[in-house]
Amino acid sequence: MSDPVLSVEDLTIGLPEGADRAHAVEDVSLALAKGEILCVVGESGSGKSMTANALMGLLPPGVTVRTGRAMFEGRDILSLPEPQKQAMRGERIAMIFQEPMTALNPLMRIGEQIAEVYAAHDRYSTSERKKRALDLIREVGLPDPEKIVRAYPFQLSGGQRQRAMIAMALALEPTILIADEPTTALDVTTQAQILRLILDLRDRHGMAVMFITHDFGVVAEIADQVIVMREGQIVERGAAATVLGAPEHPYTRRLLDAIPTGRLPEARQLGTVPALEIKDLRKVYRTGGGFFKPVREVRAVDDVSLTVARGEVLGLVGESGSGKSTLGRAAVRLITPDAGQVLVGGTDIAALSEEELRKERHKVQMVFQDPYASLNPRQRIIGAITDGPITRGVPRKEAEARARELLEIVGLGADAATRFPHEFSGGQRQRIGIARALAMDPELIVADEAVSALDVSIQAQVLDLLRDLRQRMELSILFITHDLRVAAQLCDRIAVMQKGKLVEIGTVHEIFQSPQKEYTRQLLAAVPGAEWNREGSLTA
Amino acid sequence: MWKRFFSNIGALIGVAILVTVIAVALLAPVIYPQGPWQMVQRPFLPPFTVDGLPLGTDTLGRDVAAQLAYGARVSLLVGLVSTIVALLIGVPLGAAAGFYGNMVDEGAMRFTEFFQTIPNFALAIVLVAIFQPSLASITLAIAIVSWPPVARLVRAEVMSVRKREFVDAARVAGLTPRRILIAQVLPNTVSPIIVMASLMVATAILLESSLSFLGLGDPNAMSWGYMIGAARTVIRSAWWLSFIPGVAIVVTVLALNLIGEGLNDALNPHLARKARA
Repeated sequence: MSDPVLSVEDLTIGLPEGADRAHAVEDVSLALAKGEILCVVGESGSGKSMTANALMGLLPPGVTVRTGRAMFEGRDILSLPEPQKQAMRGERIAMIFQEPMTALNPLMRIGEQIAEVYAAHDRYSTSERKKRALDLIREVGLPDPEKIVRAYPFQLSGGQRQRAMIAMALALEPTILIADEPTTALDVTTQAQILRLILDLRDRHGMAVMFITHDFGVVAEIADQVIVMREGQIVERGAAATVLGAPEHPYTRRLLDAIPTGRLPEARQLGTVPALEIKDLRKVYRTGGGFFKPVREVRAVDDVSLTVARGEVLGLVGESGSGKSTLGRAAVRLITPDAGQVLVGGTDIAALSEEELRKERHKVQMVFQDPYASLNPRQRIIGAITDGPITRGVPRKEAEARARELLEIVGLGADAATRFPHEFSGGQRQRIGIARALAMDPELIVADEAVSALDVSIQAQVLDLLRDLRQRMELSILFITHDLRVAAQLCDRIAVMQKGKLVEIGTVHEIFQSPQKEYTRQLLAAVPGAEWNREGSLTA
Repeated sequence: MWKRFFSNIGALIGVAILVTVIAVALLAPVIYPQGPWQMVQRPFLPPFTVDGLPLGTDTLGRDVAAQLAYGARVSLLVGLVSTIVALLIGVPLGAAAGFYGNMVDEGAMRFTEFFQTIPNFALAIVLVAIFQPSLASITLAIAIVSWPPVARLVRAEVMSVRKREFVDAARVAGLTPRRILIAQVLPNTVSPIIVMASLMVATAILLESSLSFLGLGDPNAMSWGYMIGAARTVIRSAWWLSFIPGVAIVVTVLALNLIGEGLNDALNPHLARKARA
């Protein structure tokens, strides 16, 4: 290994008083060599982003570097005065962020934003800046560069925005690129493209890349070196192949075990009684439309028909904009479809009046995506769970007893009932959401990205719970997810959606081992760490 | 939350002042059993010249301190009641507009704008003039001119809370829209409403004083605005007669503003202006 371009020694970052621990990061040392990709992996709260922010001098107020230094080009960048840090940012060390929509200025054209990087560092004339911006846009592989230069961020897709961000980061040819979860908000196929782009640019420019992620699949795709962090400390480090292949620390092993591997579960015998039948469902969104503008129509769900049998878990997989969430919301009638039927136990949910619907609501329940937004912060857990049953006419005493029982079943304990949502972690809140859905004795549960917002180890626990409940209660679940690996773990059958259409539907084995459609094959290929997984477990 | 509130020095000062004012208002009949209207000495006594009359006497020889104490009753009562009435109008209207949207929203907002286009004070004067000045009519007039901002605030808050997932969850649980609005959405909008209400009490006190100053106060109730209005003609010879009630108004309004700001920082810690490093 050549001399490191960046070496961090004994970095300790202190959190303000009253935080859950004293140090965000403790005694972290790492070295980054030229042309190397170093992945920093950890779950939320592990201090991986804080480390990056400290290097960039972007720590939030109250958070301070206590000890340690970071040597870069012969200087300790942690103790540089602010003006010099400013000059260094962007020019020598650049950073890209998780959410490209909020990291770009919505009121500035893409070309201007890139040119601004040059302006901020007083480089080149105005016309030269424009030319270089165009070159960069071409380099990061954005289509139709002349048009993109004049586009605003909202006119670009998520992947395109991330490319624009990367172009900005590359503008001054930095020595180090810090990427903080740059692909987390993207679809798998887009993620695969961005990862390839980063690899490509590394090769061409010889940049060192510090890549922060929570996803071991991504690590398997691009890392040379890996650092695993937990609660502010490095628990394991080493070459990617070693860490992934033969992890030493129990925590790393646990994380790796928790990853949905794509190992397929045994096929189960299923009944044929349908719990949910969706027939020719269609939902069209119309936007715009004025005196001179035509109405823009988006067919979110376009004549989709599918069935979920009693006791079956059907996975609904697709990228963002595929209409999978719209379909799920139509199944619980949070959205009223334009055409088609949603039959639950023989009643057409889609055709009921508001009044009748309220009486039938209990048949289909939903577990929501965001564990932080799906519980009323000012309502006790017991209230959240019993509201529905009590409205249905269940006596309060009985409903509360059942709620406590359900809290036990989902693994929280009955004493959780009297607490408020903010006292629970994301995974626990998701369990509460599941208990709330179960309290209505539904025939079908729609789980809309129910585990997507959780860390892998928590995700695995919630999936275990769902699997356990499926066994015990004969649950039928419509499981909506963007992650094929997760779907493989829980589902009996998988339906793939693209642009509002149902592309393919089949058992998990059919979809994974002999996908019929090109799009399904693309999705499978784009799963990060697909190669590594196949070696690791699919053959096992 | 209370810990955050009480660690704010400004808010503490505000609470201390307000508690004093309330105590004086409540104890007025005990300290001055003869009431504020009785003549006790010769007129135009400056403050601190005669024992037993610390703030002197007014143009008719009435005890200024007694007037001030009774005036606090009127100011606080009018401020509080008119704010409650304004909330009773503004909150339901704004909540309905924000929650049901479409035609309800259009209707409610156009109605609100109708009130917003007329200058506050002018409308209050007209209303009091029509209804005959009395405590009730003044309170009502102030409430009528001050509810539109409440409606707008509640509407905006409800619109943002309505999009959260727990509202969808409540719909899926089969709750009626009205119950969702009352039990799920509204409790999540109280913090900004409380903050606004504390500032509205201050504005209402100012409005009441202005009306009394113009002679549109309740003729049977002693108020700070009336005291200033009555002393206006003698401001060159006995300036303290306007100055003392003026200070009372300033201090009370300041206290309410400090409390409002303290509540705001305590209830919305993310928006607190001072970084707590």
